[in-house]
Amino acid sequence: MTLVAGIDLGSTTTKAILMDEAGAVVGRGITNSRSNYHLATRIAMDEATINARFGLLRRDLEATSGLERDLLRGAAAEFLDRLELDFRRAQYLMQLDALRDSALQEAAGPRLAARSSAITSRLGPLFDEMAREAHESDGHAQRSQFFRDESASRFGEHAQRLADRDVPYDLLLGIFDKAIGQVEGRVFDRSFERCIRSALAESRLPVAEPRTAGSPTPTPRAALRAAVSAAVARILAADVEPAVTIGTGYGRQRLPFPKEQIRSEILCHGLGAHSMFPGTRTVLDIGGQDTKAIQVDDRGIVTSFQMNDRCAAGCGRYLGYIADEMNLGVHELGPLAQRSTRSVKITSTCTVFAGAELRDRLTLGQRREDILAGLHRAMMLRAMSLLARSGGIEDEFTFTGGVASNPAAVDALTKLVGENYGGRRINISPGSIYTGALGAALFARTVLRERRGD
Amino acid sequence: MTQPSPQDRSAVKDESMLRQKQMLASHFSRLAAAPESGDKVVYTFVPGNLTELLLSFGVVPNLPEINALQSGMRKLSGDFIAAAEREGHSEDVCTYVKCDVGMLRQGNVGPTGALLPPPGLLLLSYTGCFTFMKWFELLQQEYSCPVAMLHVPYQPEGVITPEMREYVVRQLKEVVIPALERLTGRAYDEDALCQRLALSAAAEDDLVAVLGSARHRPSPIDAYFGGVYYLGPIFSAFRGTDEGLAYYRCLREEVEARAARGEGPVTPEGTMGEERYRLVVEGPPNWTHFREFWKMFHDEGAVVVASTYSKVGGLYDTGFRHDPSRPLESLADYCLGCYTNLGLPSRVALIERYLRDFSADGFLINSVKSCNSFSAGQLLMLRELERRTGLAGGFIESDLVDPRYFSAANIKNRLESYFQMLDQKRRHARPAALEACA
Ligand code: SF4
Repeated sequence: MTLVAGIDLGSTTTKAILMDEAGAVVGRGITNSRSNYHLATRIAMDEATINARFGLLRRDLEATSGLERDLLRGAAAEFLDRLELDFRRAQYLMQLDALRDSALQEAAGPRLAARSSAITSRLGPLFDEMAREAHESDGHAQRSQFFRDESASRFGEHAQRLADRDVPYDLLLGIFDKAIGQVEGRVFDRSFERCIRSALAESRLPVAEPRTAGSPTPTPRAALRAAVSAAVARILAADVEPAVTIGTGYGRQRLPFPKEQIRSEILCHGLGAHSMFPGTRTVLDIGGQDTKAIQVDDRGIVTSFQMNDRCAAGCGRYLGYIADEMNLGVHELGPLAQRSTRSVKITSTCTVFAGAELRDRLTLGQRREDILAGLHRAMMLRAMSLLARSGGIEDEFTFTGGVASNPAAVDALTKLVGENYGGRRINISPGSIYTGALGAALFARTVLRERRGD
Repeated sequence: MTQPSPQDRSAVKDESMLRQKQMLASHFSRLAAAPESGDKVVYTFVPGNLTELLLSFGVVPNLPEINALQSGMRKLSGDFIAAAEREGHSEDVCTYVKCDVGMLRQGNVGPTGALLPPPGLLLLSYTGCFTFMKWFELLQQEYSCPVAMLHVPYQPEGVITPEMREYVVRQLKEVVIPALERLTGRAYDEDALCQRLALSAAAEDDLVAVLGSARHRPSPIDAYFGGVYYLGPIFSAFRGTDEGLAYYRCLREEVEARAARGEGPVTPEGTMGEERYRLVVEGPPNWTHFREFWKMFHDEGAVVVASTYSKVGGLYDTGFRHDPSRPLESLADYCLGCYTNLGLPSRVALIERYLRDFSADGFLINSVKSCNSFSAGQLLMLRELERRTGLAGGFIESDLVDPRYFSAANIKNRLESYFQMLDQKRRHARPAALEACA
């Protein structure tokens, strides 16, 4: 099987899609972009590859004759879910080990030599505790693409507890910062193989002996493990390196690809949205730092576009800023705003001024949810003007980007679209954050076909 | 005729450029020497400039917009604008004005390093831009010199009526010529004017041939970035002069020779490679990053085959010529016909004509923050042109001479997206098997 890849380097997150020749998505990965695009690309691709391998594993098991279908649907599927979580945990522990090594090395370095033993005496228990937590968890939290975030929050919590005058909190955090950089920069050799094997050895089998429908004898649980092991071996041998990779995204100027492997984010979003919703004629993408209004034809070909690229008002960062001001997580904003009963009219769409307006209104005693509803509307008003500039909404409309997962943003947009253009069909895909990467993968597929001369 | 050797070719290429350089240098030294030589200096604007008339009185024109754009190209405009803003000029004022005011504050040293003389007269040819009035109001306070206002009526329908023409001619006779007579102590000399107009008309023929050469594939010129150089002499002090005529003759020969050899335009990055996109551009260029901006086109193989900016100082390719047989009337027609004095429907019609005549792949609008004369209504033009021609329009935003408004990464991003959009459209003419989402 030949695969192609699309990578979307956004200002906030980096997304990767692996696609097969038929155009089916076989793997997806996402990670924080931070400031290192090479790294973000690699992590997102690693994730997509892992995701693809698990997908292939499922497909392989489905196709394996030794395991009958009913069995697969029940026990094997459950086992695979378990396996994936155990895999995540194994991967997390592997990275945690590396983090511990780097942190201890840092503590032993010349800079901290004087306090080295005091530091080590804190770090030891700290990492033991983190490992214990990981072992006890069910693996859900250990998505490795966000290893930095997850480990930082655990580390921070324990560091706070263990810090004292001799070894202050800031010192420990400094060590973490150094160490995490090293871990992220490291390529974990054959990490999939190592982690899947350890997960395979650990994963608990379904409690009940699986029974194939109609068959009087239960399939031994051992047979299930053997079948999965065999499939894993086949998947490990499979080549999941993409034959063609196309990159796109906000950081396009600095994408770690040669020029001919780069496509404009506008084109990628247009094509990606078209492939998810073929009736789409207008696409609005609101990412972390820019907003794009795109018109496409019935083949997903971009016919016109507008973007706000001078001012980040009304983009994802705007919400991030507001969330910080309110001491909330970005994901809490939308649901809170939805509880509003009387939306407040916000006049500023400038991120910084909106922050000031927010504080003013809070001191005036206005309710948080009402202010938030107003902020969401103000944000969407900006998007409406951009949409108008790009040619308006004449037909089916697709909303993509990180902000599309905010329900209050969607509500505000839906309302405004209705007011301005009448009832239009509005599509939002749960995978909308991958739209750009999806478009890029489709372009990669075109390149592959061209190369082969079909 | 024998083929010139490659060495000869580059020599030929350079000749018009060298000429232009010398012409400009001598013009600015003449301006600098004016206080000693006793030459009278008149400040005036590019659109609706009455160069032949000024020259017939022996006065030297100075064009503040040209100085401002030159300051932009020499990376001086940022400081000048800051100086003007310190004085209280708002961020929203046209940056040409602020650049000019700032230059004045910082010693009035012109773009070539020579001092600019004070004006004896401000000839305010008003062709649709309200800022012109405010600009010269500021200069008048500065220099306390007389202002002669020529009000050129707007052309909403794209036709010059006899009344409009008559209105302008009457002002020429009653306001402008008397002001020039007072300034110079000379009487209006229609013969001298007509001689100048004849020289203009001949140069204009050559200019039209140069701009028309872009119909070739590949185009031997770039009608936007290269275009601004080609227009330098005719938009400034050299219309109606022997040097001007010689310049356009020489330029025309160079361009025709390049077309005959099948060569693309000369750019600062060398001769253009494969011509991948033929574009029509609406709106002025950005001057502070002129070369960087041009390179973004060059790197993608994009050639501008026609531009509206090259028509701000006169629209010749629709047939207008200065005409010695009707001197003042033809000056009036010239002023009335400047591009920014035209209504939106005429501008759309002109661009549509360029798109077809020059077999363009698409058009691009550079919307500059400073200039409402250009920018107001540009999105409507874009939609209308897309509708009429089915060609793709692109939209970028920058400014004339305020370096703060040129965001290279964003402009490049939009340009590349636009070029890829053209590619994608083109590709779709190919078999469906090649499609990404077949
Ligand atoms: S606003 Fe436009 S036309 Fe008016 S002075 Fe400025 S650049 Fe020239």
